[in-house]
Amino acid sequence: MIPAAFDYIRAGSVDEAIAGLAEHGDEAKLLAGGHSLLPLMKLRLAAPEVLIDIGRLDTLSYVNDGGDHIAIGALTRHRDVEISDLVNADVPLLSATTRHVGDPQVRHRGTIGGSIAHGDPASDIPAALLAMNATMVAKGPDGDRSIAADDFFSGFLETALTDGEILTEIRIPKHTGVGYSFQKFNRRAQDWAIVGVAAVHGNGMAGVGLVNMDARPIRAAAVEAALGEGASAADAAAQAAEGVSPSSDLNASAEYRQHLARVLTRRALEEAAG
Amino acid sequence: MEITVTVNGEASTNEVEPRRLLVHYLREDVGLTGTNVGCDTSSCGACTVHLNGEAVKSCTILAVQADGQDITTIEGLADSDGTLHPMQQAFHECHALQCGYCTPGMVMASVSLLEEQPNATEADVREGLEGNLCRCTGYHNIVKAVLQAAGGGQ
Repeated sequence: MIPAAFDYIRAGSVDEAIAGLAEHGDEAKLLAGGHSLLPLMKLRLAAPEVLIDIGRLDTLSYVNDGGDHIAIGALTRHRDVEISDLVNADVPLLSATTRHVGDPQVRHRGTIGGSIAHGDPASDIPAALLAMNATMVAKGPDGDRSIAADDFFSGFLETALTDGEILTEIRIPKHTGVGYSFQKFNRRAQDWAIVGVAAVHGNGMAGVGLVNMDARPIRAAAVEAALGEGASAADAAAQAAEGVSPSSDLNASAEYRQHLARVLTRRALEEAAG
Repeated sequence: MEITVTVNGEASTNEVEPRRLLVHYLREDVGLTGTNVGCDTSSCGACTVHLNGEAVKSCTILAVQADGQDITTIEGLADSDGTLHPMQQAFHECHALQCGYCTPGMVMASVSLLEEQPNATEADVREGLEGNLCRCTGYHNIVKAVLQAAGGGQ
């Protein structure tokens, strides 16, 4: 399968990428690791006229200690997140989740920012970012702005990023020493989750994100509320399908997804409780 | 656009369309047909090569993304005198193939796996090869070969 023809621009800096977006508008797409975009282009589900390759912007590949949070450059590859000592120590839910993304080859190329900017409800990482109350930083012609995870995922394959903006950093509040778990149910190795649950719970924190339970990555708000009121893991998990609208497809009916969400949430909360 | 890619230690300069996939570049422009196209959807791993020493799926990378980078294909593993790479030797000895179509990708993924996890256990190998599918011999002898290579002083 061969993508439709496009013009290729290799950005030498973040500002060059932003200038390219300003020039080409919605005809352009940013190319990072390409592991979400290129498959869509090969299937001709996406046919951008211009690709702006930001894959070589090493200045956006880092994991830094920001004091109360960990700051991760948008172009940090999944593999580098997975093995980062800082991530493993202070935001371990992210490394646990990243290990479930695709397969080793995919994790050598795919980036955390690319995965998030794609906005796929079936992706693993957005659910973890919701559970951890992450903040995204985007840069556009008018400078930087911060977007809370709750406001970032706005619809199916849609995010709060505008056509002229580039995602530059992900900031994740530390949950050092707090229980966490990522549970993923799929039928084949390396496949997308039929349903997934990311949870961090303990020391006053109660965050639960769901994979593939709505048209966008979504928070299990009813579970979080129940946990906040002191409900047991089992009682809180029973709320996992409240207020969300999973789809039915060839892998699972909506009812089955609701069942999986309850079971996986219970497992996640039990594992988080250690 | 013109790109220069170092493939198995030799620089190769070619004019390519931006939409040229790395696997097609390697097979058709460089003329190295050991890398196979399997599913063409980054699922099966038959097209696995090393990009700067790490396993990647060459059906999901543009040739222009590999401009200036180092690529190793299955042709680049054995010594110039024909001595097989320890992983190739282990696949041979453990009969870790049947039709052989997945084998170049399996071998490249396995070499990368042991680079990252030199003391990989059987469970590590099974999980580490989740991006590579074999449709005939099954995985038993492949896992055995990787473990043998791991124990062979890699």
